[in-house]
Amino acid sequence: MRRFLIQGLVRRPLTESAPQPEAASRHELAETLAGVVRAKLGRSLSIRHVDAGSCNGCELELQALSNPFYDLERFGLHFVASPRHADVLTVTGPVTHNMAEALRRTYDAMPEPKWVIAIGDCAKDGGCFAASYAVAGGVAAIVPVDLHIPGCPPDPTALLKGLLALLEQMDTAVRSG
Amino acid sequence: MTDLSDLAWTRSRHFRSAPIATTTVDATRWIGLTSALAAGRVTLLSLWAEAGGAALMALLDAPAHRVAVVRIEAHGGGFPSVGAHHAAAQRLERAMTDLYGLTPRGAIDTRPWLDHGRWGIAHPLGDAAAVPSDRPPYPFLPVQGESLHVVPVGPVHAGIIEPGHFRFTAQGETVVRLEERLGYVHKGIDGLMAGAELARGAEIAGRISGDSTVAYAWAFAQAAEAALSLTVPERAFGLRGLMAELERLANHLGDIGGICNDAAFAMMLAQTSILRETVLRAAKTAFGHRFMRDRIVPGGVSGDLDAQGEAAIRSLIQEIRDRFPAIVDLYDATASILDRTVSTGRVSADLVQAFGAGGYVGRASGRNFDTRRDLRYAPYDMLRLDVPVRVEGDVNARIWLRIREVEQCCSLITQMLNALSQGPVFADPGFPGAPREGLGLVEGFRGDVLCWLALDAEGRIRRCHMRDPSWFQWPLLEAAIEGNIIADFPLCNKSFNCSYSGHDL
Ligand code: SF4
Repeated sequence: MRRFLIQGLVRRPLTESAPQPEAASRHELAETLAGVVRAKLGRSLSIRHVDAGSCNGCELELQALSNPFYDLERFGLHFVASPRHADVLTVTGPVTHNMAEALRRTYDAMPEPKWVIAIGDCAKDGGCFAASYAVAGGVAAIVPVDLHIPGCPPDPTALLKGLLALLEQMDTAVRSG
Repeated sequence: MTDLSDLAWTRSRHFRSAPIATTTVDATRWIGLTSALAAGRVTLLSLWAEAGGAALMALLDAPAHRVAVVRIEAHGGGFPSVGAHHAAAQRLERAMTDLYGLTPRGAIDTRPWLDHGRWGIAHPLGDAAAVPSDRPPYPFLPVQGESLHVVPVGPVHAGIIEPGHFRFTAQGETVVRLEERLGYVHKGIDGLMAGAELARGAEIAGRISGDSTVAYAWAFAQAAEAALSLTVPERAFGLRGLMAELERLANHLGDIGGICNDAAFAMMLAQTSILRETVLRAAKTAFGHRFMRDRIVPGGVSGDLDAQGEAAIRSLIQEIRDRFPAIVDLYDATASILDRTVSTGRVSADLVQAFGAGGYVGRASGRNFDTRRDLRYAPYDMLRLDVPVRVEGDVNARIWLRIREVEQCCSLITQMLNALSQGPVFADPGFPGAPREGLGLVEGFRGDVLCWLALDAEGRIRRCHMRDPSWFQWPLLEAAIEGNIIADFPLCNKSFNCSYSGHDL
């Protein structure tokens, strides 16, 4: 274990040395995101996630946001375990009838002000499951949606961009109260 | 003893290249087969219903490397229950009743499973009927005894995971029973498949369980190609194999760290999630999508691998070979994590055998079965594969199984790249001209994914049944947690990592 700890001290963070061609834009995105969170919120933002019927693909990319490449927490954005602690609700999947009530109750349990992000093509209108007897529709069929992030699934960069877009459209007056 | 020899058995290489024969049996014969299942002479691969009233089951004769599909007409909407004698069939039967309205006669557990009374109709794929609005709440199994308390969890869970409900009955800290309730993400996939074109079917198949999109798309393609007796170009097999092993790698790497993280050993997750992300980026470079979704289609694959993609995969394998051993050492040398994983969440060899549990759940408890070796398909028939098996059946064994499989993936990927032939990667599936049925079986990271596909003369889907490995693993999780403390549930659960979406369909 010591080896890993020492390595962690001496090795440059992965977030800065990613060799991919889009790495530069990813880095820029990270900077902007951190700046907006500070300016608009002056503190951290708590996100609660509900899978309302997804195939689990969208969840995997949301989980990836916490890996050392994206490290969501450095922006003050973090996932919380209870809707009562959350500012933002992320929802994936076509909303199944079997999950509709659980989604609504999770939303109701969140304190105001609150925002909802619908994630993935399914969350928009049910996607490729839209016509089913078991599907209620997109997220907006059950709770009000502030932002939709398209993709099947949206990759972590698209998710970061979406979070940034939401932060930018948030009303600062509400937040400063 | 029931005679099994008159069933239309097919060996693996034959059922993937030609339509599958189905043996139609009467009730007596069917009951005989259920006793053969109960006695462990054959293994249940799946059990499903057809609109219009028939029950089908797929059987595996593992020592002989052959499978058979059996059908019984459901006269009066009923058929003799398999679950009454063979527990592994119970939830499948409950789902058949919910969706198709078929009654397994003599069934022990007749509660609904996927139907939560919220669709507005009963038996949506049978003769759909309106649901009475005063339907009683779901009856959980009764518990009796002193100082028991019940802890309900879910469907919404604390982490970024899929929804399901767990009801723990505990005495102090110790779990005396776990009862699962699933079906929350039921999307009606069987219904969406019925009547769909082949291309649409492939699209849906790849969205049944997001972490296994390659395995599902492949199983679907296999079934379609068998039904159409289609010859797939050799290079396509190689590319499919590469995708399947990349998918396995990504999932195993993510989960090895994820399990440790559920015991609060976050460093393992940080390390393995770096490698997992590296796999996904390589997949994106090589195949254009991080999860390689929609890349496998009936007839072959939808895009070719270029030199840059091949280089990305080779350098990925090198990176894993360089960095993974130190991560394994970290796990193996940290007594505090081993203290949590060793002897926790044990599943007995008898249970995995009886349930025919596939994947690391089965192999960590001594069930030496892997579709890639035992029901071989291209390109694995030309490769060297060592299937790791352990016997302890605890969380630690499941972690080691996955560690060994990561190493196997690296070896297989290198072998496949070296053996990759040149040439086309797609052959037009065409039309069957007559109704045909095909069977596909693919080893996903979680275990064997089965697809039984019936096409009509125009090539549209009449019925598509896809069975996730989780059907035979979820029930074992209930057994694994017994006698453990509630705090160890996340650890046990993650070590199984069953699919909700794949199971709920
Ligand atoms: S958008 Fe795609 S990845 Fe997300 S839930 Fe739907 S099918 Fe799955």
